Amino acid sequence: MISKTLERYTEHPEEEFVVYGHRACQGCAEVLALRLAFKVFGKDTILAMATGCMEIISTPLPFTCWKLPWIHVAFENAAAVASGIEAGVKILMEKGKIEKKDIHVVAIGGDGGTSDIGLQALSGALERWHKFTYICVDNEAYMNTGIQRSSCTPYGAMTTTSPPGKKSIGQSTWKKDMPKIAAAHNIPYVATACPSYPYDLFAKVKKARMVEGPSYLHILSVCPTGWRIPSGDAIKYGRLAVETGVFPLYEVENGQYRITHNVKSLKPITEYLKGQGRFRHLTNDTISKIQERVNLEWEGLKFQCGVK
Amino acid sequence: MKTRKGIEVSIAASIAAKLARVEVIAAYPITPQTHIVEHLAEIVAEGELDAIYINVESEYSAMSACCGAAAAGARTFTSTSAQGLELMHEILFIASGMRFPIVMATVNRALSSPLSIWGDHSDVMAARDTGWIVLFCENGQEVVDSIIMAYKMGEDRRVLLPVMVNLDGFSLSHVIEPIELPSQKEVDEFLPPYNPLYTLHPDKPVTMGAYGMPELYTEAKYAQETAIINSKKVIIDVMDEFGKKFGRYYKPVETYNTDKADFVFIGLGSVNENIKTAIDDLKTQGKEAGLINLRLFRPFPSDELMSALQGKKKVAVIERVMPGGAKNSPLYNEIASLAFANRMTLKMENYIVGLGGRDVLPEDFQQIYNEMAAKEKAEKVKKDKNYTVMRVRA
Ligand SMILES: Cc1ncc(C[n+]2csc(CCOP(=O)(O)OP(=O)(O)O)c2C)c(N)n1
Ligand code: SF4
Ligand SMILES: [Mg+2]
Repeated sequence: MISKTLERYTEHPEEEFVVYGHRACQGCAEVLALRLAFKVFGKDTILAMATGCMEIISTPLPFTCWKLPWIHVAFENAAAVASGIEAGVKILMEKGKIEKKDIHVVAIGGDGGTSDIGLQALSGALERWHKFTYICVDNEAYMNTGIQRSSCTPYGAMTTTSPPGKKSIGQSTWKKDMPKIAAAHNIPYVATACPSYPYDLFAKVKKARMVEGPSYLHILSVCPTGWRIPSGDAIKYGRLAVETGVFPLYEVENGQYRITHNVKSLKPITEYLKGQGRFRHLTNDTISKIQERVNLEWEGLKFQCGVK
Repeated sequence: MKTRKGIEVSIAASIAAKLARVEVIAAYPITPQTHIVEHLAEIVAEGELDAIYINVESEYSAMSACCGAAAAGARTFTSTSAQGLELMHEILFIASGMRFPIVMATVNRALSSPLSIWGDHSDVMAARDTGWIVLFCENGQEVVDSIIMAYKMGEDRRVLLPVMVNLDGFSLSHVIEPIELPSQKEVDEFLPPYNPLYTLHPDKPVTMGAYGMPELYTEAKYAQETAIINSKKVIIDVMDEFGKKFGRYYKPVETYNTDKADFVFIGLGSVNENIKTAIDDLKTQGKEAGLINLRLFRPFPSDELMSALQGKKKVAVIERVMPGGAKNSPLYNEIASLAFANRMTLKMENYIVGLGGRDVLPEDFQQIYNEMAAKEKAEKVKKDKNYTVMRVRA
């Protein structure tokens, strides 16, 4: 088992596996998240990707920005495809058809591909204990198809299918807690991360890579296009999400919860909401409701982590 | 002659997969496919086969995992029926589009609703144009032989396509038949290990499943279509080679008693055994009828079918699926289109039989013969629609 070296992780791997030529929007933190993550996963990685922004921006036939073996099959099955790859590689090594070495399989889905349509395939793959890492790049909506709500869209947010109106506040449901759902499978490693905190992300990728069995990373990936913020502000909003407690950075290692980036006192939620076009319509009532919920969840997480 | 032993067809099918030395099996249970996957699980559990059995949580994931495993370079097998095949539907197209030579035993069963676990062809017919090579089996021996041949067909570099081997639920899958199981040595001589063209491996990164913009999509699909059309030659070669090796010769289109008869039945799967019985019975009454058995359904064996139809006057197309609002059932439509394109004048009738496990007896085919063949040319068969549903209480 890896010791808790998280804060001390300062290594910055040089090699890039997500390279120039992709078509992501300016300032996209989702592709940044992947770029950072794969620096740590490194060369001996096979990637199975769900349909979504990251697939579409990276691989228009006959181009790719991936320097890794990469496959896309469909939207809802990245985890199942990864299961097959992991099994295939394993049996071919066992039979001596390919050389034995430590090849890691990574599946990637957006929040829609993970929390909605791909949840069953993900749950199956985690439960079956394939040795792979699943990354959910969470930009809080179906961005690829034009900003429709997902079950990871936050309360109150405007999307094209949760529009605010006379009878609507915007998204009317609370964000699905995917990391907890993953952790409920009792897998060895679950963590949240955000590319605004690259070293925290590096360390978590490293752990996810090393554990025996499945691991799950939930990466908040600011999407300037969908969140209606200036393209230069993705890193800032990622930080604000953490500093306001909207998206705490923590890990669950063999069932042990640990906050990896403690925030002594949370900034008020308004600092995060203001300036985001998707929250522009929120009333004070809704904002205080959100603040209450954030406080409650933050306290709950602290309690779970034994933080005073 | 080698020894044949009485064995349940499903068990024989799983042994065939074992003899093909499949490396990854991903499957989800559904009646009437269960015996195949249960027995395979046992074979793997006993260490009789070097393979990984993935107990997926759905057929959707079964086909997805097969794609992943095939992409990694493993020989993959799955099996399903009815609802399971429909749940896979989206991925069926992707498996063929990505050119993965997965083999699937489809144990044909009716589709809900109403729910029915019993046999018919509504499942395969809904998946017939998914770009897979589609074979039908008349009996257990064919099931075993087809599964072994399927890998050789699909994995051929000129083909690289998935293959679906159809066997009728219960009426074939659950019966005990005398079957000759080839030895491992013989199968190894016939079927070399899978040697994939491209695989997912870090030492030689490739991209699989990139999306196609309008300027490329048509070409990609055209290339795929060309591959399935050209696969027929390879399919025939494999059948011939199999015949030389094992002494059992198969053809895409097989005929029974067609020399003497200008009346023919055309059918798919195990129903053809009953048709043959009916033909024999009719013969004793001095009546001649023939059977055209389509073993190969995709790619559609137009040339072979055309030659089998030469000189025929009346054709009864027997199918186990409702047209679903179409003019006729799928095979009928296809034969009609073939006949039209070749300016053939055939008197064709469409009979729907055996839906959801409804019994189909040799007498039914005698009745069909009598209805069609015995009547004067001008007299039309009485039908409710463009087709006749046998034994329906309308
Ligand atoms: C079965 C199926 N349903 C719907 C779609 C359409 N679709 C493609 S990507 C996508 C949304 C992706 O959202 P998410 O997973 O959050 O990824 P993002 O694009 O936001 O990164 C949708 C709805 C599809 N490709 N397949
Ligand atoms: S829509 Fe959002 S997630 Fe998608 S590429 Fe643009 S910025 Fe990135
Ligand atoms: Mg998204």
